[in-house]
Amino acid sequence: MKGWILSLLALVAVTGPNMAGVAEAQTTVKPAIVYANGGKFDKSFNEGVSNGAQKFTKETGIAVADFEPSNETQFEQALRRFAQRGQDPIIAVGFSQAVALEKVAKEFPNTHFTIIDSVVKLPNVQSVVFREHEGSFLVGILAAMASKTGKVGFVGGMDIPLVRKFQCGYEQGIKYANPNAELISNMTGTTPAAWNDPGRGAELAKGQIDRGVDVIYAAAGSTGIGILQAVKDRGKLGIGVDSNQNHLHPGNMLTSMLKRVDVAAYNSFKAMQAGTWKGDVSVLGLKEGGVDWALDQYNEKLITPEMKAKVEAAKADIISGKIVVVDYMSNNACK
Amino acid sequence: MTLSRRPLPAWADIVLLPLVNIALAFVTVGIIVRIIGVDPFHALSLLVVGAVGSPESIGYTLYYATNFIFTGLAVAVAFHGGLFNIGGEGQAYLGGLGCGLAILALDRYLPAWLMIPVGIAAAALFGAAWAAVPAWLQAWRGSHIVITTIMFNFVAAALMVYLMVNVLIAPGSMTPQSRGFAPSAFLPQMGGNALNLSLLLALACCVAVWVFLWHTPWGYALRTMGHNPEAAVYAGTNLRHMTMLAMCLSGALAGFVGVNELMGVHHRIVLDFPAGYGFAGIAVALMGRNHPLGIALAALLFGALQQGGAELAFDIPQITRETVVLIQGLVILFSGALVQLPRPWLQALFAFRRP
Repeated sequence: MKGWILSLLALVAVTGPNMAGVAEAQTTVKPAIVYANGGKFDKSFNEGVSNGAQKFTKETGIAVADFEPSNETQFEQALRRFAQRGQDPIIAVGFSQAVALEKVAKEFPNTHFTIIDSVVKLPNVQSVVFREHEGSFLVGILAAMASKTGKVGFVGGMDIPLVRKFQCGYEQGIKYANPNAELISNMTGTTPAAWNDPGRGAELAKGQIDRGVDVIYAAAGSTGIGILQAVKDRGKLGIGVDSNQNHLHPGNMLTSMLKRVDVAAYNSFKAMQAGTWKGDVSVLGLKEGGVDWALDQYNEKLITPEMKAKVEAAKADIISGKIVVVDYMSNNACK
Repeated sequence: MTLSRRPLPAWADIVLLPLVNIALAFVTVGIIVRIIGVDPFHALSLLVVGAVGSPESIGYTLYYATNFIFTGLAVAVAFHGGLFNIGGEGQAYLGGLGCGLAILALDRYLPAWLMIPVGIAAAALFGAAWAAVPAWLQAWRGSHIVITTIMFNFVAAALMVYLMVNVLIAPGSMTPQSRGFAPSAFLPQMGGNALNLSLLLALACCVAVWVFLWHTPWGYALRTMGHNPEAAVYAGTNLRHMTMLAMCLSGALAGFVGVNELMGVHHRIVLDFPAGYGFAGIAVALMGRNHPLGIALAALLFGALQQGGAELAFDIPQITRETVVLIQGLVILFSGALVQLPRPWLQALFAFRRP
């Protein structure tokens, strides 16, 4: 009896990888995305994921199913529905989906999930988080150097630790470049609606400009569209977030803090296709190319050689560990 | 031409008129859906199948309906007293906070048969307390309840974010959520997924509200106040006390949304769980003509639209969540605001049939 089981095990061991290989080649990738509250077309965070998915579709011809939830319960519902239909892998966008994903991922241990901006420790979940404070530090340097008044602004979306993390990194970058610079900060609101309120964003930006601010960093999802518009209308400089937003208002966009959610989504699909998908936690910072600052034809005239030299030096120092940017979320304080 | 003045038979008023309204709404929706390039009959069948086509979808429909019953009743109770409570959203939020706090404090010590009633009572208490402040301001200071309740929604949202981000957040968590409740605080599920015992609580509330409004002296006094405050004063009713009573009951009912959401589904305190149910409750109450039975039916329709609409967005890429809101809005428009539109047509039809 025992020998029989052993030989069966041996058989499985021998044929296992082969069979897995065959199965891998046969299973077509059926990717799906469940977006966060801001919606697919926020020109920022969600749209970054959408861009990554589009790139994948263009290259492979494989369609990506998606869903925009309108309440918290629909996170779980949508994840489960996609899993039931055999969609694989499934990307959950945003930290709000962590609890729902944990539940659904346990129910479907053979489906592969990726969550962005949060960590779910399960063997079939890939967690992707970013070191946004490092990218924000770099745009903070640029903001402080570009400001003529010595006053720079920050408008966040919803007042949560994640957004304070952006603000905290930005503030450190400003102080690094100009210890005397003054930072004026506002949060758009306290509910998820704050991600989607361009009108209020524009008002906050105008208020900051009236107080002498001439560079504003918008870390607020769709709300950022209003902030950057107000900045343009008043002839000041804006800094975009998540996606490269430089093209929105050429000449008035100093730079964008890139958070490569598009790469994260694209890589997850690609890895699934290649059979190299792994359930793990990736923390993407400057070193991994997960965050960065944007320089392209739309803003190259605004970036002087000194600014570029300084920001690239800081980037190298952060990567080498010479500069340590404090992560607000490590202790819920900016120190 | 007296034919259009003849009143409709009762069954036509209660059953046929709403059905005609809903049919009109769906025809309009069909035209819009056709314009964006989707076959309206395919969309309709997906909507219906998505809402009631499988045990799972029925479960979700009833789960959403549970929330709408609570907030619909909340609006109706206040409305019978002539008070327009727009603060259901905030009262639901605070109700959830109350039940969450009670559970976080006690779930390690109490067994389920004790924990669940305590959680429900705490939700009612906090919801009522949140409504009591605008009620007091209205009764003693004359601050208009519409303004104060709507402002209290924002105060509730800000308070919750403050508490979740700074105080109640689970240690080490990135997401602003409390720690998970112990299983003793889970409301028993009814057939998988989201549907839980809160539905029975909601139905019990329907009966209780009906008994209260039409079969108790307080309900009578409340309705008198709503119809004619001067007459109520003449009859010896203390309007201030009645205002407090109506609003506290209203807030407690809205607070039960927290029971359905947190004890029934999320099993922890999360942000933004009221998700517009408080506001939708106004439409549910209007459509249900402020009667518990009508509210239960209207809540069922809203639940079905919510669930079927999600399935629609799921299956047809051209239909986004905004389109679903549009569909829901049209149904509300036709069965709420334009409720009297087909009445003359029906009256003419009945007059023609029985000259």
